Amino acid sequence: MLTCLCDAFYGEVGIATVRVLEHAGCQVSFPEGQTCCGQPPFNSGDWGVARKIAAHWREVFEISDAVVVTPSSSCAAMIRHGYGLMGVDQQMKVLELSELLIDKLGVERWPLKGSRAGKPRRVAFHRACHGRTLGLRDQQERLLKMVSGVRLVDFEQVEQCCGFGGAFSVTHPSVSSGIGLEKLRAILDAGATEIVSGDMGCLMHLQGLIRRHRLPLQARHFVEILAEALPS
Amino acid sequence: VKTPRVERFSRDLPPEKRAAVRAASSAKTQARRQALASFFEDAEDARAQAAEIKSYVLDNLRELLLELEEACTRNGIQVHWAFDASAACQIVSDICQVASLEGGVVVKGKSMATEEIHLNAALADAGFEVVETDLGEYVVQIDGDTPSHIVTPIIHKNRQEIARSFVREGLGPYTEDPAELTGQARTRLRTVFQQASVGISGVNFAVAESGRLVIVENEGNNRLTTTAPRVHVAVMGIEKVIPNDSHLPILLRLLAASATGQQITTYTHIIQGPRREGELDGPDEVHLVLLDNGRSRVLQGPYRDILRCIRCGACLNVCPVYRQVSGHGYRHVYPGPLGAVLAPALEGVENMGDLAKASSLCGACEEVCPVKIPIPDLLLRLREEADRNGVDRTIPWKWFGMAAANAARWRTGLRLLPIVSSVPLPLSNPWREQREQPSRIGRDFRRWWNDRSR
Repeated sequence: MLTCLCDAFYGEVGIATVRVLEHAGCQVSFPEGQTCCGQPPFNSGDWGVARKIAAHWREVFEISDAVVVTPSSSCAAMIRHGYGLMGVDQQMKVLELSELLIDKLGVERWPLKGSRAGKPRRVAFHRACHGRTLGLRDQQERLLKMVSGVRLVDFEQVEQCCGFGGAFSVTHPSVSSGIGLEKLRAILDAGATEIVSGDMGCLMHLQGLIRRHRLPLQARHFVEILAEALPS
Repeated sequence: VKTPRVERFSRDLPPEKRAAVRAASSAKTQARRQALASFFEDAEDARAQAAEIKSYVLDNLRELLLELEEACTRNGIQVHWAFDASAACQIVSDICQVASLEGGVVVKGKSMATEEIHLNAALADAGFEVVETDLGEYVVQIDGDTPSHIVTPIIHKNRQEIARSFVREGLGPYTEDPAELTGQARTRLRTVFQQASVGISGVNFAVAESGRLVIVENEGNNRLTTTAPRVHVAVMGIEKVIPNDSHLPILLRLLAASATGQQITTYTHIIQGPRREGELDGPDEVHLVLLDNGRSRVLQGPYRDILRCIRCGACLNVCPVYRQVSGHGYRHVYPGPLGAVLAPALEGVENMGDLAKASSLCGACEEVCPVKIPIPDLLLRLREEADRNGVDRTIPWKWFGMAAANAARWRTGLRLLPIVSSVPLPLSNPWREQREQPSRIGRDFRRWWNDRSR
């Protein structure tokens, strides 16, 4: 499952996901009818529209017994938890990418074969909040730490949300950006040059703030870091 | 579209207020985490047990309240039922009238239930002089302010502000020393306690089986409020009843740890009725006012889990939105994630629905809740109810839905997107006002996928 944000803006994240999955020995298919999971209207309260999108999601994905993998904890959380909340029954096993790599495939080193020395980099890892819904622990951090050169830095209020929150970022723009800037400042204070996360929603919001305030930070998805570490 | 109140308030909030709230709430979150880790063998298990106790209470509320009434009556506590705020105020006012003939002094311990029904204003209208005796609440009262946090009412104030208020009230010379400031308030309040004929308190837990009222505090003012005056009136929301005494230890410990990071509060009062013959301390009369004020309606609906709340305030402290806007931003007695659910649940989404949207749904509140209330899910349900009733519809999702529920239309939309998104949003757009507009970075996935499958 590509996610609508990667479909619209962040194709590289989707490409990196396919490369990482194939490197891990998965056979990847991409159901081309896919659109969005329905989370944006769901979070806004328009469950009528969200249910229509969910019905489409089921039509597209409930065609095989394959595992559905997505590089987004919030999209995975929508299907695993949100669908049930609005009374939609879905049959598929849906995993966030790091759950598949760590919990199912038992990845302990990266890359799995070959190696590639990476230059030293100071990375701040932001735990996307929907990981809480999934019961995600430190799977994404563990993957990042396997990459040569990556050093994860500690920063203040590491557990705090980035302030995105989907529609919240538009209905409450200054609260949302206030929270985001607080996070970015803590990260800069810790001396990181990259902020890495597992959700393009958070990163789109943070990227927008970084560019507006011209902060010396790069926002990346962890799968991009994993893909870059693959032997060419 | 009108700007939601939390957003509006946040824009005007002075940076020093935000800094005060952020520092205090982060410290409390940290203290809570340490307390749960060090005072509990298995904090997760404790939370699960507490949630189960409170769920049981909600499932058996009617029976438990009747049992409580019977046990209290047996203990000599006079029980009053108040359907709504005005009934509750009337009951308390009548008790005060009888106790102090007219125009007497009434002292109060900290109680959110009495804030909820605006009891102070009602008693002042009836001619009584009401004095708050919790230090924070006292400051709020002399400043004509309202509490901005359910546990720490003056989290939004700094020492200098309090010092200036005390000078203004003639409590003593200007000082910023917390111990001296406390001393000044204490001296003033001692006199008030001596004059008071009625003491009003809240209730943290009321035990149905034994008819005991349990109140926790750290300052000792509740000890005086409930024992020095001739009459003690306790006001409690009906959801505060618990089945029996054996449920107290886990709830008291979780409340203290979650609220203030303590192992146990400095004072825990267990009140079993008025002074008996031969006893030296205690009031002649104890009254218990059982306040419904919308709760039994909430109990019947989809938001009932919020009634498990034991008012520890941990969800406020951890909430990124609360930390940005302070409790006053919610413009309701109950702020933060708790209030964002409870306010619209009690007063309807028509009036309070915007509060349910004042959340990024990050889930930190649910993670710290001692009784495991699924706050984000309740917020989502409230949003759904608001949308269904056409309240505060800010984003028209119909068009998005038409595209996202149809593969062909979605692909057409994607093809048009680069053109659409090359048009800059107006600067007044809520996204662009604060952030740069997103744009496509790197390759298009579908094109890449099709090229390599060929």
